[in-house]
Amino acid sequence: MNNIGSEVWLAMVTCFAAVFTNNILLTTFLGMCPFTSVSREVKTAAGLGGAVVFVMTFTTVLNWLAYKYVLIPLELEFFRFILFIIIIAAFVQFVEMVIDRYSPKLYQSLGIFLPLITVNCAILGASLFMVIRQYSFIVTIGYGFGSGVGWFLAILAMAGIRQRLNESRVPEGLRGPGITLIIAGLMALAFIGFTGVLN
Amino acid sequence: MIPTKPTKEIMLDGLWRDNPIFRQILGICSTLAITNVVLNTAVMCISLTLVTALSCLTVSFLRNWTPRNIRMMVQTLIIAFYVIIVDLILKAYWPQMSRNLGPFVGLIITNCIVMGRCEAFAGSNRPLPSFMDGLFNGIGYSFMLLAISVVRELLGMGTILGIAMPYFSTPYWDKWIIMVMPPGAFFALASIIWLCRSMKRKGAKS
Repeated sequence: MNNIGSEVWLAMVTCFAAVFTNNILLTTFLGMCPFTSVSREVKTAAGLGGAVVFVMTFTTVLNWLAYKYVLIPLELEFFRFILFIIIIAAFVQFVEMVIDRYSPKLYQSLGIFLPLITVNCAILGASLFMVIRQYSFIVTIGYGFGSGVGWFLAILAMAGIRQRLNESRVPEGLRGPGITLIIAGLMALAFIGFTGVLN
Repeated sequence: MIPTKPTKEIMLDGLWRDNPIFRQILGICSTLAITNVVLNTAVMCISLTLVTALSCLTVSFLRNWTPRNIRMMVQTLIIAFYVIIVDLILKAYWPQMSRNLGPFVGLIITNCIVMGRCEAFAGSNRPLPSFMDGLFNGIGYSFMLLAISVVRELLGMGTILGIAMPYFSTPYWDKWIIMVMPPGAFFALASIIWLCRSMKRKGAKS
């Protein structure tokens, strides 16, 4: 019992770290492409962010299971890139069909973002980090969820800032991606500030 | 069939006019994280250039046999195939580097630039031009990233490729530790995009 308790505690710490100090977007730059292109409006950013949280949590867990119970027994660890991609693509396709069938309203707000997610580096990145850092099952759940929430927070904040930015005068060469990156850098600085909390 | 551009045009487009980094803003995801040290960046860039060029070549060879509606999946598998080869080679001959790069070699698969070139060029062109297109996009991409990593390593640690630089490694230079940390990558990339875009605009006016 004590063992499980400490596992859960570890999972919560990992989750917190994944949201703030180890934010997958701001410290490892994964998922930059949608981050710079979809962060123009708060509403769409929130939609994409929500989809990422959902897909990331489930695919990291699924990939953990696949890695542990399929690839390791077969000694096919090097095959993980292909397997992970297939699992992610299949999962996204599946979710799309389910949402389309049972909740057309949700599909309208979330549906267009789902295909984008298959090629989101952050999703695959989270699974690869999970393998390299050798997380246990419970910690993996915390990590997947935390990474998703971290990404969600970052893109939401960025969208909010960019809406304000429309009214300010930015140097010509810096408009668009340039200024977005500088803001992201400042956000990364702020998020690093949380490092002390964990220690 | 679309007439193929001359090779020189393809080279120029990849290197400068349609440079992946500051024109298309593609594929920065999987590589930016390791631009804090020049050596890691160089290895990563070589891997990425090879994967892009070879994937484009293969996609182009198979373009007439690939059904349109599953072409994305086929392309992903081709890319994954080359990435696995690169990953295994690194693991076997340079385990230390493989550990340094961590998951980022695997992430070349989702790097938008590889998929982007396969989809935009190799899918509708003959093999040799596709190979050149992939190669020169890779080189154009590499040289921007190397520029970023040189700036970051020099300002942050006072070295280039681990060799101490005259002024920057002396106590006269306060090391900008922030440059080797994640935010530094954002600032360096933003400055380089700013610089290149301004230069380009000036070139276009005159």
